[in-house]
Amino acid sequence: MKNTRNFCIIAHIDHGKSTLADRLLHKTGTISDRDLQEQTLDDMDIERERGITIKSHAIQMKHSADGEEYILNLIDTPGHVDFSYEVSRSIAACEGALLIVDASQGIEAQTISNLYLAIEHDLEIIPILNKMDLDSANPEEVTDQIVDLIGCSPDDVIPASGKTGMGVDEILHAIIHRIKAPVGDPNGQLQAMVFDSVYNSFRGIIAYYRIMNGRLKKGDRIKFINTEREYYADEIGVLGMGLIPRTMLEAGNVGYIITGVKDAKEIKVGDTLTLSNDPCKTAIKGFEDVKPMVFAGIYPVDTEEYEELRSSMEKLQLNDASLVFEPESSAALGFGFRCGFLGMLHMEIIQERLEREFAMTVITTVPNVSYKAYVKNGTMIELHNPSDMPNPSSMDYIEEPYIVAQIISKSEYVGAVMTLCIEKRGELKNQVYLTSNRVELTFEMPLGEVVFDFYDKLKTVSRGYASFDYFTADYRKSDLVKLDIMLNGDPVDALSALIHKDHAFDLGKRICLKLKQLIPRQQFMIALQASIGAKIIARETITAVRKDVTAKCYGGDISRKRKLLEKQKKGKKRMRQVGRIEVPQEAFLAVLKLND
Amino acid sequence: MKTKDPVLKAMVLEFQKQRDYLNKERIETIYFGGGTPSLLEEHEIQLLLDAARENFEVSPTAEVTMECNPDDLNPTKLEELKRLGINRLSIGIQSFRDEDLKLMNRAHKANEATRCVREAQSAGFDNITIDLIYAIPNLSQEAWIKNVDQAIALGVQHVSSYCLTFEDGTAFGKWVNAGSMHQVEDDEASEQFLTLVERLHDAGIEQYEVSNFARKGYESKHNSAYWNNTTYLGIGPSAHSFNGNSRQWNVAHNVRYSKAFAEGLNWYEKEILTPAAQFNEYIMTGLRTVKGIDLGRIRDDFNIDLASANVELIQGMHDRKEVIFAGDQMSLTKKGLLRADAIASDFFIIES
Repeated sequence: MKNTRNFCIIAHIDHGKSTLADRLLHKTGTISDRDLQEQTLDDMDIERERGITIKSHAIQMKHSADGEEYILNLIDTPGHVDFSYEVSRSIAACEGALLIVDASQGIEAQTISNLYLAIEHDLEIIPILNKMDLDSANPEEVTDQIVDLIGCSPDDVIPASGKTGMGVDEILHAIIHRIKAPVGDPNGQLQAMVFDSVYNSFRGIIAYYRIMNGRLKKGDRIKFINTEREYYADEIGVLGMGLIPRTMLEAGNVGYIITGVKDAKEIKVGDTLTLSNDPCKTAIKGFEDVKPMVFAGIYPVDTEEYEELRSSMEKLQLNDASLVFEPESSAALGFGFRCGFLGMLHMEIIQERLEREFAMTVITTVPNVSYKAYVKNGTMIELHNPSDMPNPSSMDYIEEPYIVAQIISKSEYVGAVMTLCIEKRGELKNQVYLTSNRVELTFEMPLGEVVFDFYDKLKTVSRGYASFDYFTADYRKSDLVKLDIMLNGDPVDALSALIHKDHAFDLGKRICLKLKQLIPRQQFMIALQASIGAKIIARETITAVRKDVTAKCYGGDISRKRKLLEKQKKGKKRMRQVGRIEVPQEAFLAVLKLND
Repeated sequence: MKTKDPVLKAMVLEFQKQRDYLNKERIETIYFGGGTPSLLEEHEIQLLLDAARENFEVSPTAEVTMECNPDDLNPTKLEELKRLGINRLSIGIQSFRDEDLKLMNRAHKANEATRCVREAQSAGFDNITIDLIYAIPNLSQEAWIKNVDQAIALGVQHVSSYCLTFEDGTAFGKWVNAGSMHQVEDDEASEQFLTLVERLHDAGIEQYEVSNFARKGYESKHNSAYWNNTTYLGIGPSAHSFNGNSRQWNVAHNVRYSKAFAEGLNWYEKEILTPAAQFNEYIMTGLRTVKGIDLGRIRDDFNIDLASANVELIQGMHDRKEVIFAGDQMSLTKKGLLRADAIASDFFIIES
């Protein structure tokens, strides 16, 4: 155990975490030259494309130094605020953290909140300045930022480059000498913490854990304390480039377990694994049942694909336990599901995976948060869908969730960022200059506003320089109204949204305008209206199309014309009939695209 | 070889290389088109006609059309064309109004348009088609009616008419995007089109395809080939060919085209048509004709029962009075023809 080091990586997207991790894997001989492809750790297509880690990954390396062999367990953490609970569990499994900061970009909000989490867990922080090979690298200033934040000496900061391999030896040296060996009693009762689980279509659920105390042997009867479920340890082992089976693992180590479980819901991240016949007395602290933050309807474009959608969602849920869904029906869209997500990115990922992995064409409705509606008789109704809002006359008041948002921006954009946050009903709570030109702003604001087009707007007003992180605070009373959208006089429930009263007029107008752009002209006129209750607050008209045989078949170029019309038909297949009107998929998310 | 022009030289070679493309079928139509073939000199036209006759059996009654710009035509040129055996002229008149011609960047003036048609008639051409463009910005309904009436008064046998389109990348597209020009609204464009159909009909010139109108017996044999699934061979840069189950198109660039022949390289791209593509093309071209599509043929050739596969779609078209059935023949009404492309696309089969 004294030669084991468990560490994670804290980094902002694009700061080069995966490339640097690959360097470590290569240097320690964990992967060969041949296998060295970019971003070994991210194995989902979406992860590679977006450069974001969605699932935690773990990998074990062996490294010899000073005549001794060390076991290094790297636990890669998800890089997005939607997955902050998983991040906290990964951090709890480690004794140290590599803080990777892009030498040209500086520290970002997401990094800071994860860093604070790591410091809270007493992790040894090894600061690394990455991308030193870039001309735009600004090591002095970024080093100052790091020193200010963690109170280390400037000499502790390791200059590195995932691209050239610079600093890799120093990093390995620091991991071995600066990070403490794990403590724990191998002879005690088994106490291991699950920090992630992945789904494998052949093996079922594979859970990753860190053993705090005791030993786990292949074939043991084991038990999860929070779910109270018991299984046999069919296979245990450590994680190299693949699964490496072992017969026994003991305190301080990181490993995997296969129990034949097929459903991700049965194994919860943060749960404590122990032995059935000699269970540990206490569960490891910090377990939470993660609750979805954002809700949206998912409907098949083709109503006949409802059952297929259900089975696809069930399969998705097998490997993503944080996805929740229940059937719902919409007057406009027919049968579908109301789904709960950890956040906006999670929602996008689910939609993308449905389309890619299951070839489903789906409509996602405008996302909303969970509201609490208090009815005059004193009862509270939790709303996951604006259409469920009780009749205003019977309602006392409504509450919505608030968050504490941290935004780090270059000082020149602070004015614009503040204006945006105030527009989004935010209240400035704190403003700190991290360096002379980087400012950290703390706001309290409604989560519902973040769910709309906050990220994109923040990027725009800060030219991409602001970073954002949040945690949820409490529920507060708000003056919300239900904004309905009508197509030719019929309200489309899937387009309804709960909006602050002061924004309703402006938003209603902009949604109508956006829909006018998104809905193609049809053979009849379409009236678009926004209303609050019976009051129409905005109106637009889409005129009828009468004619579209314009293009000539030049000199027998029939292929070109056919392909044009084939493309048109493909577009139509992605449209949904609402009444007589063909509405394209993206129109249901019009509210999110008001600035495009 | 009687010419120095490398493009013509290559075209003669292409005739030789493609002599089996049409399966030794007799040639019923020859069409000189695309760009300004009327700029060719007499011996150059002769060279191409000879090459066609040397490599193919050309029917003595074949329709031989030459596309001409009004400003290239004069009595001498017309006599020359007549001598060469050209028996049909397609004259790019586009409008009888100088302001429209200027806007569309045409070289000729309105009075030249009238003059050259009359001269062609005097030279003995009795099969003349002209084209008219509608939905031109600032072309009022009255001015359009005058344009149509002038075409009728000239006594031409055939009219093609197209809507002015604004495509990205063209000067028009740029003007529209910059807001300095406004595209004519659909309602106005279809009004002009319907006026055209009606006035030509009253004059005995009947619509037989969306954009084509003719006196009885003067329907273009050549254009009809495109719509009737007849095979054809295109010779020259950017020409398209079709042999029943594949389409191919020559390189569009003059120099690259002739170079390909000089160096013995491939000069075309080819697409094998899947059954779905063949079906889609049949629907697309068929629905543009007044005759329509033959549901029996679709059953036989593609094993598809079109009507029962598209019950709702056809019901909707029926309710909108866009479609008529006569036995197995399904065709679009005047109203339906306005949307022929969109309707065709609704029937398409999309392969994933």
